Parts: sequence; structure tokens; C-alpha cells
Amino acid sequence: MAKSHVSTSINGEPVEYLCDPGDTLLDVLRNELQLTGTKEGCGSGDCGACSVTLNGRLVCSCLVLGVEAEGAEVGTIEGVGANDKLHVIQEKFLEHAALQCGVCTPGLIVSTKALLEENPNPTEEEARYYLAGNLCRCTGYDKIIRAVMDAAETMREGA
Amino acid sequence: MSEAQEFKYIGQRTIRPDGYDKVTGRAQYGADLSLPGMIWGRTLRSPHAHAKIVSIDTSKAEAHPDVFAVVTFKDFGSVEGESINAGEGAADVLDLARNCLADDKVLYHGHAIAAVAARTERAADDALDLIDVKYEVLSPVMDVEDAMKEGAPVLHEDMFTQGYEETPSTPSNIATRLEMKMGDIEAGFAEADVIVEREFRTPTAHQGYIEPHACTARYDEDGQSMVWCCTQGHFDVRTSTAKLLGLDLSKLKVVASEIGGGFGGKTVVYQEPVALALSRKAGRPVKMVMNRDEVFIATGPTSAAKLKAKVGAKKDGTITAMQGWMAYEAGAFKGSPMMPGVMTMFTPYDCGNVQVEGFDVVVNKSKVAAYRAPGAPQAEFAAEMVVNEVAEKIGMDPIELRLKNAAKEGTQTIYGPKLKTVGLIECLEAARDSDHYKSALADGCGRGIAAGFWFNIGGQSSVSINMNTDGTGTILEGSPDIGGSRASMQMMAAEVLQIEPSNLKPIVADTDSLPYSQGTGGSRVTFATGMAVIEAAEDVVKQIKERAAAIWNVTAEQVDYADGVAINTAGEEKMSLAEVCQAAEKTGGQISGTGNINARGAGPSFAVHLCDTKVDQETGKVDVVRYTAIQDAGKAIHPSYVEGQFQGGAVQGIGWALNEEYIFNDDGVMENPGFLDYRIPLASDLPMIETIIVEVPNSFHPYGVRGVGESGIIPPLAAVGWSVGDAIDRKVEELPCSPPRVLSLIQNG
Ligand code: FES
Ligand code: FES
Repeated sequence: MAKSHVSTSINGEPVEYLCDPGDTLLDVLRNELQLTGTKEGCGSGDCGACSVTLNGRLVCSCLVLGVEAEGAEVGTIEGVGANDKLHVIQEKFLEHAALQCGVCTPGLIVSTKALLEENPNPTEEEARYYLAGNLCRCTGYDKIIRAVMDAAETMREGA
Repeated sequence: MSEAQEFKYIGQRTIRPDGYDKVTGRAQYGADLSLPGMIWGRTLRSPHAHAKIVSIDTSKAEAHPDVFAVVTFKDFGSVEGESINAGEGAADVLDLARNCLADDKVLYHGHAIAAVAARTERAADDALDLIDVKYEVLSPVMDVEDAMKEGAPVLHEDMFTQGYEETPSTPSNIATRLEMKMGDIEAGFAEADVIVEREFRTPTAHQGYIEPHACTARYDEDGQSMVWCCTQGHFDVRTSTAKLLGLDLSKLKVVASEIGGGFGGKTVVYQEPVALALSRKAGRPVKMVMNRDEVFIATGPTSAAKLKAKVGAKKDGTITAMQGWMAYEAGAFKGSPMMPGVMTMFTPYDCGNVQVEGFDVVVNKSKVAAYRAPGAPQAEFAAEMVVNEVAEKIGMDPIELRLKNAAKEGTQTIYGPKLKTVGLIECLEAARDSDHYKSALADGCGRGIAAGFWFNIGGQSSVSINMNTDGTGTILEGSPDIGGSRASMQMMAAEVLQIEPSNLKPIVADTDSLPYSQGTGGSRVTFATGMAVIEAAEDVVKQIKERAAAIWNVTAEQVDYADGVAINTAGEEKMSLAEVCQAAEKTGGQISGTGNINARGAGPSFAVHLCDTKVDQETGKVDVVRYTAIQDAGKAIHPSYVEGQFQGGAVQGIGWALNEEYIFNDDGVMENPGFLDYRIPLASDLPMIETIIVEVPNSFHPYGVRGVGESGIIPPLAAVGWSVGDAIDRKVEELPCSPPRVLSLIQNG
């Protein structure tokens, strides 16, 4: 089957690629563009390891087709920090030991960033519900939630 | 070692050295390596739970224009039944091979039969449909009761129960029967004022790591080969893969990628030998990545079990007898963790009259793999539930009852040795004195408490520390880092060398770069690999002293080493570690320390958990409202990651107790192979998990370390189970406490 040509923007940079009509955005990111920071845990929208933003909206990239990124702005974990400097959320994840194996971490950081853009002052409960689509099997979420709340506070102070 | 050691670095909460790669997405996991010319492998899996394979015709798949190779069991060459160390414990090579690719029979829904390597993943999937397998379908046996029945369909015609004085002459599904006992069980029960006896069931549950199994394999023209994979033990992957493919160990390099969770489930091989066989046939590197449903149907899980526990006690709370019975599902091939179940069941108690009998039973489910304290959660669930009921019956506080009977130094275990110093009493006291236990229970809630015991293991670890000319160094270790252990290695080496941890870079080296190291499992890494790191660092210190001595023209004994500085006790001179490393060229070449050990004296870790739940009387839904995990770490090297182990174990146990279970239809097909229907805990399901780190040092480790990775999954089953029963005034006998089950308990008693 003929491949489709897609022009898009990833983490603020223009990108073009060819993809099969059946390829997901996750397949394209990982296998075509070697942006392997976005992980696949299920391929069915249930784990959040593949979280990215599409035109500012948090999505599971395993549920988006590669062709749907045409003309869109895609944000991945690779674009969260800037110029050799970690984002506050990344720093707080490290400080609070909010990762063990770390495979859920990129998705959680992308989701946390989306959460705090929508709601800079979430309650613990709001954070827990917003992040309910991001599974972590290692940590029991305690340290993740602490990192998120601390990041929110630090970002509010810095704002 | 003394009880009150002063530490410079140990016990701090440093930033883990691999952390930056993990929060930025740079870290490379199992599925993240691609090689030039790489093609994709996919696996054909059985739609039946139990069937004879009459024939396999792969010719159409081979003719597919995008297909490079197809493999079946025959491509493994001649494997024979022999025992090898394949992860946590021994495995039979033939079973291993037959699990990777079925021979003449498929034994579970999802059993791998053949694999295809093709230009794309999609083409490989298409080609799988072209493989023609003819089956003769047999009836499946899906639980221990059916499997143990006389006349049950037999999975293996050559399986005769081991463990009886006389081995039976007819084959059965019972692989092994084991009995352990001490004292006089009858006399013990005769002494009791109160006896409680109950039967329990636990479900098939999966480790549930978020990263699916993945590997990339390359077989070169000269027979050299490489496997990159997410594994808890790359040296064991090398052993298994080399055996199945008939390779010398030196020809196969296994590289451990970053690993996205394992919990015991990534100690065995599934795809690695298949991918390498495909690469050998195709002449191209091959990548294989499982889908989530494949992870559920064909890897892990842990044993579903049926158990009985009977405990007798006097009115004053003295336990006089403890008796257990258990049958564990092994899945398709023998080897459930029934034995550790038998061994751990009553170990938290100092009771002289104990008898436990266990059965290892094959059923038509995927072969079980280790899962965090393998075998202990099921057995100790039964024991702890009954102990709580004994306390209730005699009207005693359950912590007081446990304190009265707690295992301690000198307690005789059922499996042989007496316990050395252990911290159960300290954990129970910490539980009793905790804010959680002292707080009143909210209306409509229930409270549960349970203890847990796990041995922990030591074993072989190999470490090299290579010093650089500027005084920094690299720590090469052979234990994949699954939860932050590189941080602990860095800190222990820093403590010995007395230099900043950040001056030492810990890496997990491949199988070509170090001697054999056992995998990451049994809570052994911080203990055993930590000891190897300490030994390697001490070796570096010894050489630093010798080199400084050579420069000063004194003997090594005349050189002291403190705060990262060598000191001439026979003169005035001092040299920092960096200066000695700089001068290494002139004193005999570069400095490198080794620690290749087989560590003995792993210290058991006891845990005690408290759980408050609230039950919705109308739907049966259970919410955990407060949870505290208390555990003996011996010495917490990095307290944050110790707490993380407690919390992670607790939450896996909570999931096991509340929601997680495999659901099979009448044909033995798993109906919920995805995270939507096999529901592991979400952030929104849980409160914060409070932790209390108890430190009763393990005298066999220089810093007092006990492993902490596993005990934490044991107490939740009974802590949650008892708490739910307490909330609804019923006795829970079956897990998980899912809404329908809890509702039926409420309605029907
Ligand atoms: S991989 Fe997309 S949600 Fe799991
Ligand atoms: S840290 Fe392992 S899944 Fe979250």
C-alpha cells in the first residue's frame, strides 16, 4: 500500500515523514523518527506510557494515526526540558524518587505537564484522577503524587 | 559490624545516576534498540488451551515475499532434559524449549508454536496467518482441583509425582508433593483452647510490569551473536539461549537494556532464543516485541492456589500448633513456588508444632514465573487470616498476639536453620505505636493487620571498579538495575573510597565484560552485589595504599587511608586518591578493583502492614482509605528507594487482594488479557502509602543490609482481606475482594 507523506511539527521543529495508513503516531515516533522516549505499554489506550500532546491536548499516541499529525503540533517527552536544563517536573521526579524502573516516567511527565497547564493548583485528588490513565506498577504512586504536588507548588512560585 | 556505624554517604537521598536519562526519555529499554537491516519477528500462538499438534505447515508463510525466516521447535536442535540455572531457581531445559516453542503439544491458550521474521511487523503478522497448524483438541484442566482428580486429562504422560516414598506408576498432573514438619502437631492441637481452621483461594495474577518483553538479536556469519533484551538476569538469558541454540557461551553476548519492571517475571526467556534462531536463519538482526495480550497469556503469571490453614492457641494467646496444606498451580510445566510457600507459611511464629504439606500441580495455563517473594504471599495470606481469627476468638489484640508468639533470634524454622537476628518484634512494635494503629477507625470501615516473612537470597555477584587517572571511577556490575540499585552501588563504593558518590559511575555491564552474575531477584542486589561492590572498592583502597607506599618508599602497612586520602604514618606525606590515580602510570599501571563473590548470609526481612478499607454496601466496591507498610531494611542505603520498594510491594499486594485475576472461559481461553479488564491499581484508587523503615542490622553485611524488595507484597493479601471482612462483618476466604465477590459475601454471608 502506498505510504502517505505527512508534514508536522514535533517539539517545535518541522518534521516530514512517510507512513503507512495503519501506522499509529506511536509507531512513527518510535520506529520512523527514533524518538523512543515515548513508550508502548499496551497499544490500546490503557496505560498512558505513550502519552504525547497533539495541538496541546493530551492523547495516547497509540490511539492516534500517524497521518492525523498532518499540520499538527506534537509534543513528546524529548521536548519537555529545554537546552540541557530539566523541566521543574523532571527535577521533582528525580528529587522525590518518583521512578523505579522509569518506563512509565516519560508518559507521566508529559501528562503532569498537561495537568499543570490546565490546572496549576490541583488538589491531591485532582492530580490522582488526572493521572489515572498513566499506570505505574513499581511505585504505588505515592512518590509520583508528591513530586507532582511539589512541582505544581514550585511552578506557581516561579510564575 | 557494630550497631551504630557512622556513615558519610550511606543513608542519604542522592539523585540516582541513571535518573536524567529516564526523565528525559533517553534511556533505552528492551524495545528501543534498532539495528541496520533489522527485520521484525512475530509469534504464532495457540488458540487452544490443550491440544496435540498433528502437523505444522509453514510453506505458505515462507513463500510470502516479505518473509525472511520461519522457525519452529525443530530449529532448537537437540535439547535434552537437564537442569540449568535459568533465573530464580533451576529449570529443565527441555521444558524451557517447549515453552518457547511448543513441540508436539500445546499446553495453554497463547502457547508459542512458530515464529516468523519479516520486513515489517505487519508483514510478519500477515505471514502468521499463512501457517497451517492441525490440532487434535483435548479437554483443558484449569484448576488444581480438576487437575488433581483421578482420571483428569493428563498434560504430560511422563510426569509421575515425586515426593512420596513410592513413586506412583501412573502419570498425573501432580509434579511434586512436599511435607515439612517439626514437633508434635497432634499434641499441639490437644493443648489448644481455641482452634481455627479455614480454606482459602487466591487467583492467577500477573506481575503486570508496564514494559512488554522485548529483544533484538543478531547472529553473525562467524557465529558470534548478540542479544539485547530487557531482563532481570542477562547472564541467565545467555545460559538458556546458548543451551537452546547449541552455542558456546563466549559466542553469545547478552546486553541488558534498561528494564521497565519485572518483579520476577523477567527472569526467564521467552522470545530471546526464538529471535536469535530467526536471525541465524534470516541473516539479519531481528527485533521481537510482545503485545500486551501476549504478555498476559504467555508470560508470568504467579500461581493460583488453594490453601488450608489450621491454628491452635491457648486462652493466653500462646500458639500451640500450626498446620497448613496448599496446592499451587505451576501452569503448563512443573515448578510452581510451592516449596517457598511451605517454608514461609508459619515462619513469623515461634511455634514448635508445625506441619505443612504442599503440591505442585500442572494445569493448562502459561507456566508461572517468579513474582516478588514467589510462593509466600499465598501461603502467608492463609496463615495470617487464621491468626487474626484466633486473636478475635480469644479477644486479644492481633498485634499483642503476634508479639507474644513472634519469631526471633534462635527461633527454629520448619526448613532447618534457626533464625539469626531478625526484626519482626521491632516491626510489630512500630506498628502498635504508629499513628495509624492509634487512630480510631472511621465509621463503616474495617482494619486489617498482617505480617510477612521472606528469606532473601545472596548468591554470585561480580563487580569491577576501574579507576580513572583523575580519581573518578566506573563501577561495572552484572545485576540489571530494576528500581534504582545503581544509586546504592554508587553510595556503597563511595562510602569505602570516601569520595563523592557522583565521582563514581555505575553501569550494568554486558556478559562479555564481567564474570557470571546471578540475576536481579530474591532481593539480592543491594545485599550481594552491594557486598561485591564493597569488596571491589576495598581492593581499590588496598592498591591505593600500595601505590602510595611505593612512592614514599614505605610498606603498605605503614599507609593509612581516610577521607579519600592516603597518609604516610611513618612520615608526613599525604596523597589524595586522585593524586595516587594520577601517578598510577609510574607505580605499575592503572588501578582496578574486583569483587567476585558468592554471598552467604542474606538477612530475612519481616514486614507488618496495616490497612483500613471502606466498603460500599450497595456495590461491594472496596476503597483503601489508609495504609501503612512497616519493614526491616537492616540498613537503608538509599531510604527513598527503600520506601519505594515498600510502597510498590504494598500496592501490588493491594491489587492482588482487591481486583486482579485471570478470567478464563470454559475452553481455557483468557478473557481479560488487557489492562482495561485486568485492572491493576491506578493513582485514583489509592491513598498515600505510609512507611516506617525499621533497621535491625544484618550481621553478615558490612553495612547491615537486608534485601527489601519482596517482603512488602506478602502482608497486603491478609491485611486487605481481613480489613474487608472487618468492614462487612464476614470472613473473607477468597481473593480478590472484587465488587461482585464482596457483594455476594454481604448478601449471602
Ligand atoms: S501504549 Fe498507548 S496507552 Fe498504553
Ligand atoms: S516506575 Fe516502573 S512502572 Fe512506574
